[in-house]
Amino acid sequence: MPTITVDQKTLFERLGRSYSQEEFEDECFDFGIELDDVVVENEETKYKIDIPANRYDLLCVEGLSRALNVFRSKVKVPGFIVNESIEKMVIDESVQNVRPYCVAAVLRNFKFTEENYNSFILLQDKLHQNIGRERSLVSIGTHDLDTIKGPFTYKALPPKSIKFQPLNQDSVMDAPEMFDKFRQTYLKPYLQIIESAPLYPVITDSNGIVLSLPPIINGDHSKITLNTKNIFIEVTAKDHKKARIVLDTICAMFSEYCSDKFSCESVEIETKEGNFVTPKMEIRTEICSAKEMCLKSGITDLTPDQVADLLSRMYLPSTCDGDKVSVNIGPTRHDVLHQCDIEEDIAIAYGYNNISKEIPGIYTIGTEQEINKLSNSVREELAQAGFTEVLTFSLCSKDDISSSLRIPKAVENAVHIANPKTFEFQVVRTQLLPGILKTVSSNRKMPLPLKLFEVNDIVIKSKDEDTGCKNFRNICVLYCGKTSGFEVVHGVLDKLMVALNEKNYSIRQSSDPMFFSGRGADVLLADKSIGHMGILHPEVLANFDITLPCSVLELNLEHFV
Amino acid sequence: MNPDELDNFLSLRSYINGFSYSYADLALFNKIKEGFPDNCRNKRNISRWFGHIKVLSTNNKPKLSTCLISSKSDDTDMSLDQLILNKLADCKEIDSLHFASERNLDHQKVVGAIKSLVALPGNYVEVNQQQTSNWDLTDEGKLFMCNGSYEYILYNSIPKDGILQKELMKIANAKIGFSKAMTLGWIKIDKSHENGPTVFRKAENVSDVVKDLLTAIQDKKSVSDKQIQDLKKRKLISPIISKFYLVSKGQGFKTTIEKPEADLTFEMLQDNSWKEKTFKEYNFSAKGSPIASGYLHPLMKVKSEFRRIFLDMGFSEMPTSRFVENGFWNFDALFQPQQHPARDAHDTFFISDPEMTCSTQFPEDYLTRVKETHEEGGYGSTGYNYDWKISEAQKNILRTHTTAVSAKMLYLLAQEKEFKPAKMFSVDRVFRNETLDATHLAEFHQIEGVVADKNLTLGHLIGVLSAFFKKLGLEKLKFKPAYNPYTEPSMEIFSYHPGLKKWVEIGNSGMFRPEMLLPMGIPKDVNVIAWGLSLERPTMIKYGINNIRELIGPKVNLNMIYENPICRLHKM
Repeated sequence: MPTITVDQKTLFERLGRSYSQEEFEDECFDFGIELDDVVVENEETKYKIDIPANRYDLLCVEGLSRALNVFRSKVKVPGFIVNESIEKMVIDESVQNVRPYCVAAVLRNFKFTEENYNSFILLQDKLHQNIGRERSLVSIGTHDLDTIKGPFTYKALPPKSIKFQPLNQDSVMDAPEMFDKFRQTYLKPYLQIIESAPLYPVITDSNGIVLSLPPIINGDHSKITLNTKNIFIEVTAKDHKKARIVLDTICAMFSEYCSDKFSCESVEIETKEGNFVTPKMEIRTEICSAKEMCLKSGITDLTPDQVADLLSRMYLPSTCDGDKVSVNIGPTRHDVLHQCDIEEDIAIAYGYNNISKEIPGIYTIGTEQEINKLSNSVREELAQAGFTEVLTFSLCSKDDISSSLRIPKAVENAVHIANPKTFEFQVVRTQLLPGILKTVSSNRKMPLPLKLFEVNDIVIKSKDEDTGCKNFRNICVLYCGKTSGFEVVHGVLDKLMVALNEKNYSIRQSSDPMFFSGRGADVLLADKSIGHMGILHPEVLANFDITLPCSVLELNLEHFV
Repeated sequence: MNPDELDNFLSLRSYINGFSYSYADLALFNKIKEGFPDNCRNKRNISRWFGHIKVLSTNNKPKLSTCLISSKSDDTDMSLDQLILNKLADCKEIDSLHFASERNLDHQKVVGAIKSLVALPGNYVEVNQQQTSNWDLTDEGKLFMCNGSYEYILYNSIPKDGILQKELMKIANAKIGFSKAMTLGWIKIDKSHENGPTVFRKAENVSDVVKDLLTAIQDKKSVSDKQIQDLKKRKLISPIISKFYLVSKGQGFKTTIEKPEADLTFEMLQDNSWKEKTFKEYNFSAKGSPIASGYLHPLMKVKSEFRRIFLDMGFSEMPTSRFVENGFWNFDALFQPQQHPARDAHDTFFISDPEMTCSTQFPEDYLTRVKETHEEGGYGSTGYNYDWKISEAQKNILRTHTTAVSAKMLYLLAQEKEFKPAKMFSVDRVFRNETLDATHLAEFHQIEGVVADKNLTLGHLIGVLSAFFKKLGLEKLKFKPAYNPYTEPSMEIFSYHPGLKKWVEIGNSGMFRPEMLLPMGIPKDVNVIAWGLSLERPTMIKYGINNIRELIGPKVNLNMIYENPICRLHKM
């Protein structure tokens, strides 16, 4: 969930009133945003506000205050005007394999102030982070139109041939030089988006001046200053729809600072497939039944008129004709995909907490999963036998399940994690034992003996499942004391078999390297191994930093379901 | 016994009597140790025994039971309290001071024994504390006792024909002695003597009255008050106050001491002796003995409680024993677009081996419908308008939520010939490749509830949530609009926490999107409401644990598991 920081004073000015913190929190709550934190910096109060991840139109103070004012019925949703194109952007086929889409727009006669300049930069940042997925899907370049001359070209060039002075750098350099330089800066994470491509995307003007090297950096030449009057906005992307959403969002938010308020100028985009203009600032109209829409919320006391009013407060200007409500979905509400999104807005405007409770009138009988029911009974049995339940992690290191237990081959059956952040998350455990041994190791000061158990899932590769990985429910019992306590663990096995009403089990000595020589055995159920028990090998103990003898029993519980 | 006989006797024995060191050994040892007879010294067995007893006698007391020479009852071997009782049996009253001095015992020890008799239940003795003030000689008084009084010394220093006063006054304490002797009329002075003032004896014979008085006091004989006052004035005696006890028979007097029993035993029940025994008072302010026991883990106790709540409400458990999922069931089936940040390596654990689910494992027509809905919409949706790739759907991951299983269960529900309403739940592990901190781990437990029926509404969701959380003891709820990729409407659930005095988020909920349900084949009029919460958060609140690592994992202190209350969620 994105968080934006807004100046409290600016926000309250825009809302036309001031609030106590509690009042503001309540208003946020009803609207579905959350005042996360209040910080005071240089005597200015800043609100940190959590915004739902699909509401890009709320990521700046302009959009947030506008939406809240509409919600409070203070203002109406503005109508946006798109003026005819003067500028043109030509998309060359060469970008197809690296970053295929580009859209653009112009904001004319713009009046920058220090405040809206900061907001302008911050919104681009937020869009980069969220819908842009850290610029990988979408990135934005904004330029002083008066320093460049169209038509503009978006094409891909060999890195060496791209030479320009990057934003806030003092010299001209080629792309590889830039990359070397930026590796030390905040731009580092973005470099990998295009670095391995043979050609890098670049936007130039008719004089060959480089506007930007998306998604990395803009040129210094066309940079925006507080004196900029006319803004050229280009958005490059791997996803066309997202590029349009971003462009619509910036125009919808910042066209309010143009001398002709809420108007922007389109740019003609020329592609091999044909030409089109952006931004669309399109309004989609859905006609829905008021009654049907209320059905899902369980709201029964609204007239179609009231439904239309509620929707209008949610930035969806609506009118009604009988039961038919025409809902206008504008360029700030790209999150509306389906009637259900409109239905939610009715419920929000009505107030979730005003909806009356109902209990579904279904008669059902609760049932448990047999394996879970059995596990719980076994857990009770073990606790009654004086053993203490521990809860350890499913993920562990490769060594934990293999070399530390003197069974190097065990990794072959394990499910491996591709992107672990630490060694602790390399594989899913194939036995419960390592977790219990780590517990013993970090509880050295406890009175002896330690009698521990865990009943939980392990995962092993298996052709039986679509994923090739299968969970098994295991029981692991450990005794650790001054003596090995093997006979205690053996006793637990006997007790469990009585509890599970299983007489047909046997124990066969094994040469499992995990166990002390001559003190390890397989547990068999009608000649099929269902687990093992034994005194742990001293090297295993040493690997887990344990100085006392331990005996263990680990069984697969699935056989008893 | 002659040495030969003794040597022979000892050749088969270690001790004179029986198998342990007794008074018999000690008595013989004492008899022969002074001048160990030469005819004994060369007797091997006597020498061995002698050396052995020599060592033992230095720090061991012989055993009484086998003592030969203790046939005459010996006070010193009896406990002091027993002695007092024995004595009391023969007389009416015992004076502790008297008793002590008679037996040459420390009075404090006698007092201790008396107090322990008083403490015995059964009223053995009555005790009356007394106080006497006695006179004790001061250091000066003691000096008088040895040397005589100053006046007596002075008198005796005067020769028959007198002595010059100047000379006489050279004796120690002559000044006091002179004035006293003058008062008593023992001496006279001739101031006009030719050699200067000279002192002469006046009385012929004197007796040292003061010394006699002091002797009388020391012997505790009676002395008149006036005399006492005089001695006190001269600082020869000082008062001493001594406390002592007069002990008499109590109602339950008997000479056998029965130590009160600490516990009721099998034997007492067998021989009915419990009827006569007295019992020690139990110390109710002490802790009981620690109990050796097994314990269930608190998180698992809370888990059981949640399962019980769902079962009470008629929910059926979903088969969630499936940590590894593929992108299809975890995300795509839920209408979560493939570029969604949750599908990023920063958030999700991907599996490198086995890396993929084979594409033939997915229901083919359903897969096509999912793809189309993502790409172009349908079912009333605009869709996400992007290129949906099966390769993303095939990727194996550690499931990020149990909703992956819910999706599969709903798909199966949709395949039934006739729709049947369903209430389902699960409580199981999920995995996130997140940054770890005090409240976040890479794996945690998700609690999930799902209800599918025709014409369910948001009001039903609120109703079910209210019923569910009421069972947890949370009655004050409110709902905040929220965004989830696969539910619309979505609501975050807040509960008022009276301890923290604020609203706390306790879960997330919503109605599954039509873009998720309709491609499965769920009828159009069926709505599915669902909610989820973590198991760890309520457990941490319940058991007052601030760091999640103190709750789960190998670093957990076992004491945390040993010492926690049973789980009654509604008593939060």
